[in-house]
Amino acid sequence: MPLFEAVRLALMQIRVQKLKSFFTLLGVTIGVMFLIAVVSIVEGMGKYMKEDFAGKMLGVNTFTLRSRAQFSDDHDDQSIRAAARRKPLVLSDVPPVVEALPAGSRWAVQTGDFTSRYASSPFARERQVMAMGVEGDYFAIKRYELSAGRAFLPFEAQLGSSVIVIGTEVAKHFFPNLDPIGRELRVGDVSFEVIGVIEPQGNLFGMSLDRMAIAPFRSPMGRIVSPRGYINGIVVQGASPVAVDEAMEVVREVMRSRRRLRPAQPDNFALETSASALAEITKVLNIVKVAGTALPAIGLIVGGMVIMNIMLVAVAERTHEIGIRKSLGARRKDILRQFLVESATLSTLGAIIGIALGIIGAQIIAWKTPLPTTVAPWSIVAATLLGTVVGIVAGVYPASRASRLDPIEALRQE
Amino acid sequence: MTQTEEAPISTTAERQVIVSSSGVAPDKDWVIVTRGLKREYDMGGEVIRALRGVDIAIRRNEYVAIMGPSGSGKSTLMNMIGCLDTPDGGEYWLNGLPVSSMNDDELARVRNKEIGFVFQTFNLLPRATALHNVELPLVYAGVPSDERKRRARESLERVQLGDRVDHRPNELSGGQRQRVAIARALVNNPSILLADEPTGNLDSSTSTEIMRVFEDLASAGQTVIMVTHEPDIAAHARRVVILRDGVVESDERKEHFAAKHGL
Repeated sequence: MPLFEAVRLALMQIRVQKLKSFFTLLGVTIGVMFLIAVVSIVEGMGKYMKEDFAGKMLGVNTFTLRSRAQFSDDHDDQSIRAAARRKPLVLSDVPPVVEALPAGSRWAVQTGDFTSRYASSPFARERQVMAMGVEGDYFAIKRYELSAGRAFLPFEAQLGSSVIVIGTEVAKHFFPNLDPIGRELRVGDVSFEVIGVIEPQGNLFGMSLDRMAIAPFRSPMGRIVSPRGYINGIVVQGASPVAVDEAMEVVREVMRSRRRLRPAQPDNFALETSASALAEITKVLNIVKVAGTALPAIGLIVGGMVIMNIMLVAVAERTHEIGIRKSLGARRKDILRQFLVESATLSTLGAIIGIALGIIGAQIIAWKTPLPTTVAPWSIVAATLLGTVVGIVAGVYPASRASRLDPIEALRQE
Repeated sequence: MTQTEEAPISTTAERQVIVSSSGVAPDKDWVIVTRGLKREYDMGGEVIRALRGVDIAIRRNEYVAIMGPSGSGKSTLMNMIGCLDTPDGGEYWLNGLPVSSMNDDELARVRNKEIGFVFQTFNLLPRATALHNVELPLVYAGVPSDERKRRARESLERVQLGDRVDHRPNELSGGQRQRVAIARALVNNPSILLADEPTGNLDSSTSTEIMRVFEDLASAGQTVIMVTHEPDIAAHARRVVILRDGVVESDERKEHFAAKHGL
């Protein structure tokens, strides 16, 4: 019997027993659905990281000097403890580093990236904002354009004036229908004068980038965000990727001499680039991908077992039919192929439905949650093949049992 | 020799020559030749000797009934002739082919090409249409779809079911079902039509109708072998073989058989 004939027969069989077939392929459908959804979430996150994250969070052509890397794969206790014991960066580290930078470099000092602090104004109730203390060319490096007002001037940064630049959400909440410029915003019981509003920046992992409140590092904000006066990082931007490498080497030398490290000793600070951060994030995402696909894979195995079970029942139920077919000249391999194809068709059908549901699921996730999802074409191909393979594997035993039935015995059964 | 023109019968002498030349492939004219056919079953330690050396020779175009009480081995013989089972001893030649030494796949091929089965319980696929049921042997013969449909239709027309091709078995009467089964048996132009109690599940008027179909087929030159335990059904054949305790008890022309049974 030719293959397409067997597929047609299988589809007929599936059509005749719609409900039973539906439950049979449910396991595979669910497995594939989650497989597609998980892979599209992970893929989406990876793509998002590459396209948005590097620019928004870290800046282009930049590196950041930190006491320890934000994104690192050193997860063992020892290295975490060693990193925690490291000397933090302080304000006195800034001038030597900045002086050594090649011409054309920009730099900025920042406290933590997203530190929540309560803020209040006379016009609205208390609410958390992302408070940050910065110094240097922070706005230029982050490419923050102002929609109103101005950024702080060098002398304000130097003096630590209590001036503040806020995001659009902050402006909207604390100063509803008002011009925020020149008004008072209290952060952690310290009063700041709003001097600028940053253009809408959108989201990063669902975190709004428009809830920022940025003040000079030397203003009270430095203490509000970082009570001990530690610097979270010094961001350096080079004019080109080559300039970044050059600047990194310079900064490394300055820091090593400041920390009095011998040549054999490793750095006790970190120079993090967007590329190195991305590499670390990709490593984590790959682990998520493996773990995320392992779970649906278990679903597929269970789905395969359901199919095997149902096929065994089908063989038992259709023993008489097998007898008839054998009496009419069906060879072992004809019967084997019939049941294998039926099992594979069922499973592939389940996979196709699962792919459709998985794609719909991914769309819903992308629509309803901040998680970006991208359906990877390879995952569709892989899921279809996987479905077929599961069906074939699950069908082997029932089909071989069917093919080995004795025609006389089979005919006798009703 | 006086015999009907449409259904020739081999003579006892001819048959004896064929049956006794052991190991020699019979002439093509002989569709079925068994020599000392044996079959034993192990039933929980007890060996049942279902066939103890059956010698039968059937020439092309014969219409033969095989009779016998239950336990005589006629079902075993039928399975053997139908290539559903292989003998433990002896020879079986079907259309000049040494069936007794064939493997499973070769037997399937022979069942497909050389034998048309008609069963007591019809054995149609319940969910398939009459046409598809009749197509089945052609599917396994690898005949392309268009030709398959055409030949299946022709075969159904031959048993006057040309207007029932799209009916499923449960939409057909018993007689019609058996005629679908006959159409299926004939669709691959088999060497023999092998019927196992073909009227066992039918009332007497339908039985007569089916017997008429067999009669017509036999007259048209189809070799027909029918296994039955009903003497009046057996009397429709030209020749009646009676089995008892796994051996051939008698093998005679219908006229002798009918006279004995007062038919």
